[in-house]
Amino acid sequence: MAETLLAVEGVSRRFGGLLAVNGVSIAADQGRITGLIGPNGAGKTTLFGLISGFIAPNEGAIRYAGEHITRLPVHERARRGIARTFQIVQPFTGLTVRENIVVGAHLHHRSRMDARAAADVVGREVGLGGMLDRPAATLTVAGRKRLELARALATEPKLLLLDEVLAGLNPTEIREIVPVIRKLCDRGITIMMIEHVMQAVMSLSERIFVLAEGRVIAEGTPGEVAADRAVIEAYLGHGAAKKLGAQP
Amino acid sequence: MKGFGTIVLVIAVLAAVPLVVHSNSALNFLVIMLLTALAGQGWNILGGYGGQYSFGHAAFFGTGAYVTAILQVRYGVNAWPGFALGTAAGALVGAVIGALTFRAGLRGSYFALVTLAFAEVLRILASVAPITGAGVGTLVKLDLHASALQFESRAAFYWVILALVAASLVIAHAIERSRFGAWLIAVRENEDAARALGVDAFKVKLGAMTISAAITAAAGCFYVQYFLFVDSGIAYGTRMSIEALLTPIIGGAGTVFGPLVGALVVKALGEGATFVAGDAPGLNLIVYGCVLVLVIAFAPRGLIGLFSWRRAPAGKREAAHG
Repeated sequence: MAETLLAVEGVSRRFGGLLAVNGVSIAADQGRITGLIGPNGAGKTTLFGLISGFIAPNEGAIRYAGEHITRLPVHERARRGIARTFQIVQPFTGLTVRENIVVGAHLHHRSRMDARAAADVVGREVGLGGMLDRPAATLTVAGRKRLELARALATEPKLLLLDEVLAGLNPTEIREIVPVIRKLCDRGITIMMIEHVMQAVMSLSERIFVLAEGRVIAEGTPGEVAADRAVIEAYLGHGAAKKLGAQP
Repeated sequence: MKGFGTIVLVIAVLAAVPLVVHSNSALNFLVIMLLTALAGQGWNILGGYGGQYSFGHAAFFGTGAYVTAILQVRYGVNAWPGFALGTAAGALVGAVIGALTFRAGLRGSYFALVTLAFAEVLRILASVAPITGAGVGTLVKLDLHASALQFESRAAFYWVILALVAASLVIAHAIERSRFGAWLIAVRENEDAARALGVDAFKVKLGAMTISAAITAAAGCFYVQYFLFVDSGIAYGTRMSIEALLTPIIGGAGTVFGPLVGALVVKALGEGATFVAGDAPGLNLIVYGCVLVLVIAFAPRGLIGLFSWRRAPAGKREAAHG
């Protein structure tokens, strides 16, 4: 069993009367890809907000590399190696692709020259090599997703939180970016990914947590969760598992 | 094209002007233009690069002016250290207002309104407090010696303000090329995305506000040395706040030369209007208004922005991919 890099322990977050995340405990193992799936509104993105520090939990604790980080501000968590991408891409639209990535690279490179050099390496790695001088505003959806990834990578993270980086991409684009993600994992970066593209998340993840209505309803290997009754019901509705069972 | 070389070239050309132009009214015009450019450069650091639109930069201009004047008049401090202390006091006021507003998480129009309120509070305080001379204002003694930072010739004053503008251009240029600048621009573009990349947005904004306030305060200090008089309306009035934000917006916010270009255009048009229509009260405000409308309609990222893709306006950017 690999070492645990991130442990979310009994975390809850309430928005007014809505319990968006309800006593969730999940973990990410060092150097592995962990998937986070579940129907819309299950609380996945809120959970990423809690891990990256944008949202404070009402209850529970978050441990990262053996330390409690529950109360640390966002930028401090980024400094310690937690990077995230946004489900709704957030490029710096007034800047070029390179300048966007440079902002991330500056976290560990004070000098402009070093940061630019590091940004170029990361840009090429995610397949933006030919577009570094283009305004970020001119990128396609696929390009913007890559840019999100590149900026996060430029901070040299230990834990990378990917929030639907495949959503909105066509099958060709997905086929191109999946190996990129796998390569990052091979390089030793621990990845936790929220994904709706099942084929990709099932093939990439070693362990998957399924969230529904703010709770973890299942966890295990891709094969295990795919066969789980609670998971099938969460996706297809109450009684679906039974019907599927009756008509194999 | 843009870079340190351009700054040296522009300053060299401007420095040569008094060798050719001897008219006192022309030099006076240029001094006031450069003074406005300096105050505008202060605003530009925070507003142009950092996207924090202050409507109260008079708070810093006025603090610089009053501190310089009061130290000289009431405490017998020499004008040179008085100038430095005035600038430092402006920076301090900037840091305090910044700490309060940014800690409270004020953004956009809320930040603008609160900075305006701070400037107004200072104006009212200055108009009643005995130490500022209350409604009468503070008059600095005429002493036309370089040791008192006063000069007989307009040209000398011109070179002093030009040196200050040169310093402000170098500061803006240095910020543009530094890590601090990259983070500041990132905060302007998208604060949450910047934080996710490890940017301490509070610290970056506070730093920008302090530098910004110091530069605008230096303009206030110079104002006192040049006109030898300050009262609450001059120091903390909204006119200064508006000029400080108008010049970079017209010239090109978030560019090194934006405030200088903007100040030149705004002041030249103001003078031109006075020349054509006589000295009607409020005329220059009408001119400013018209220029602002034209710039926002046709060159939303300022005159310098007409020559660069980068200056595409936020609104149009959204529309382009919205």
